Amino acid sequence: MRHLPRTLLAVALAGTTLAAVAACSSGSGSAATAGSGSGAGGTYTFWDPYPQFDTDSNWGRTVTACGTAAGVTVKRTGMDTTDLGNKALLAAQQGNDPDIMLVDNPVVSTLVQAGILNKTSDLALDTTAIQKNVIGAGVVDGSAYVVPIGANTLALYYNKNVLKAAGVDPASIKDWASLTAALQKVKAAGKKGITFSAIGTEEGSFQFLPWFWGAGGDLTKLDDANAVAALTLWKSWVSQGLAPNDVLQNTQTTSWQEFATGDYAFGENGTWQLGNAAKAGFPYGVISIPGRNGGSAPAPTGGEFVTVPVQKDSSRYATDKKIVECLISARNLLATDTTLSYVAPTSAVQTQQVQANPALGPWVAAVAAARGRTSGGLGTKYPVISQQLWTAVQSALSGGQSPQAALGAAQQAVANHQG
Amino acid sequence: MTLARADRPQRSPAASRATATATAADAGDARRRRLRGRLTSWAFVAPLIVYLAAFYLYPLYRNLDLSLHHYTVRSFVDGDAPFSGLDNFRQVLDDPTFWPALRNTMVFTLVSIALQYGAGLGLAVFFNRRFRLSGLLRALFLIPWLLPLIVSSSTWAWMLNSESGVVNYGLHLIGVAPVDWLTSPGWALNSVILANIWIGIPFNLVILHSGLQNIPGELYEAAALDGAGAWQQFRRITFPLLRPVSAIVLLLGFVYTLKVFDLIWIMTKGGPGDSSNTLATWSYRLGFGSLLPQFGPGAAVGNILILIALVFGLLYIRVQRRQEA
Repeated sequence: MRHLPRTLLAVALAGTTLAAVAACSSGSGSAATAGSGSGAGGTYTFWDPYPQFDTDSNWGRTVTACGTAAGVTVKRTGMDTTDLGNKALLAAQQGNDPDIMLVDNPVVSTLVQAGILNKTSDLALDTTAIQKNVIGAGVVDGSAYVVPIGANTLALYYNKNVLKAAGVDPASIKDWASLTAALQKVKAAGKKGITFSAIGTEEGSFQFLPWFWGAGGDLTKLDDANAVAALTLWKSWVSQGLAPNDVLQNTQTTSWQEFATGDYAFGENGTWQLGNAAKAGFPYGVISIPGRNGGSAPAPTGGEFVTVPVQKDSSRYATDKKIVECLISARNLLATDTTLSYVAPTSAVQTQQVQANPALGPWVAAVAAARGRTSGGLGTKYPVISQQLWTAVQSALSGGQSPQAALGAAQQAVANHQG
Repeated sequence: MTLARADRPQRSPAASRATATATAADAGDARRRRLRGRLTSWAFVAPLIVYLAAFYLYPLYRNLDLSLHHYTVRSFVDGDAPFSGLDNFRQVLDDPTFWPALRNTMVFTLVSIALQYGAGLGLAVFFNRRFRLSGLLRALFLIPWLLPLIVSSSTWAWMLNSESGVVNYGLHLIGVAPVDWLTSPGWALNSVILANIWIGIPFNLVILHSGLQNIPGELYEAAALDGAGAWQQFRRITFPLLRPVSAIVLLLGFVYTLKVFDLIWIMTKGGPGDSSNTLATWSYRLGFGSLLPQFGPGAAVGNILILIALVFGLLYIRVQRRQEA
């Protein structure tokens, strides 16, 4: 019985330690924002979707240098792009969003609706030099909320060796019919036709959109004849063996890996693969994705936007602005877009890029012709439409439903959601 | 439910010590001591209660809260979502995805645990007859359990890839046409079940094997003397005496399999279309799968899952009670 008080003491001690630990862990979350203080000095948080770049990479150094130039320390965190949007919402709920955040362009309309982002005009950031269609996905109700760091889009890479062996002249590919004919020739020559990504995520919709728009499709009418034509094209490629069955699981990266094996004639992929294309070990070329009856199909714009989330302490905006202006200065844009293999969002930097690397020429033209996914007033309707679109693509390509039925169900689901 | 059962033997020594002190002491001090004793026991329980509240009760409460409000991204951030009663549940139940997802969940869960249990029991009986290298072999069977799920599911996805997978290559060698394991609506669910069974066998093997070792050897000797063959011994001794262990294995397996998400997500993302979509993957799709999260309906699906697990847990407790009585 003598030891009874001692156990009590021990338990009490254990209890307080537990409480202290809990307090510490809950405290550290808010300390990240509150402890950094205002004005000169302090730590500014920065999120981006480039986990592949560490602090010593060119990108990491650029971010650090821009912080130093603004007189502060920037704490950069790179995370997976799908994660970033969710984390931003959660952080906003807790009131500790980062000072600056780089986000994938279609996420912006969601973040704006959540009231997380500042308008560029409120921060007096100058966006006049930016190409209209590139910033399009970051404009909601006539106000810009973003500054693009770079843009990319989709085109068709082709393997010159495979085409030559099959007797196909890439210049002859003008529309869907001539492309399908080329794929059949390639298959007859014992090689594989085309690879793309039709996975059940945003990537799948991103890759399908050039064909969808190239047929004259309208995202508000998923079940019209043009949309069905586009899905029927993909479906016929897969069922005739002109495209592999695993496109259903391909991300754009695995689709690129398939193309890089050298067996495929065509690969639908993005600007960011240019660096890898040079390393692929075979001569390649790039053509724009043909429209159904000729001409180039509009491809969707890709790429990330710099945003400044709303802060409780508005005195931080002055420094945020300095950091953003540094990141989008012509010199840094050139360096960053070269690292990422993106097309710069301003024509001045684009000219410099093409001078340094003429292979970017067609991509600059493609970006100029590209369309924002959330543009045209779609905004936060786009994510719902896109989800149904990729589901329809999956159902049709896997043989679960006909293209007509799959797109009909998709349109119905969108209508249910919005009605 | 299992927690409460496991706690009981641990608590009893402390309690008996407390009663021992009480009888030895004066009657006047007894009440004060008893009070202190009770305080001590509460102090011991407190960390557990704090833990349960922080990591079980609060998330459950939050999930319920999410499912009963109409959340948009804006109201999620501002925290002023209007109360919407059972609207989210109604929306989920009316969704054409619901019934296929429920069916897939049930097929996935029941087929998985039936085959896992069958294979685990067979292997446990096999390894119970000690033979050379049985220890090593048994250890090898544990590998699926030790591998991180992301590794094993990615490996399964590669092996079952329709273009470059080793399984289709094997089929090609013996002259069978390739199967679109993960990309045809008919096969996708079967493929994820297959992978899940492989992952679940070790758990069943380990628990059933330890259960087997608790069956006294004399019973088998006696049975053998009475002329019972191997099958009769299994049917009349092994299986009945293993029943309590089997029940817990099946219940844990059920709860565990019901919520399997990562495996399916990595292998098929619930696709193609909805053909391998379960309630767990659907809940994730709603909450995090698109650029515009639908937290309310996502949480509602999660709650339905919890409800199903709860029903089976209660069923288990009832069966347990009846056996004990």
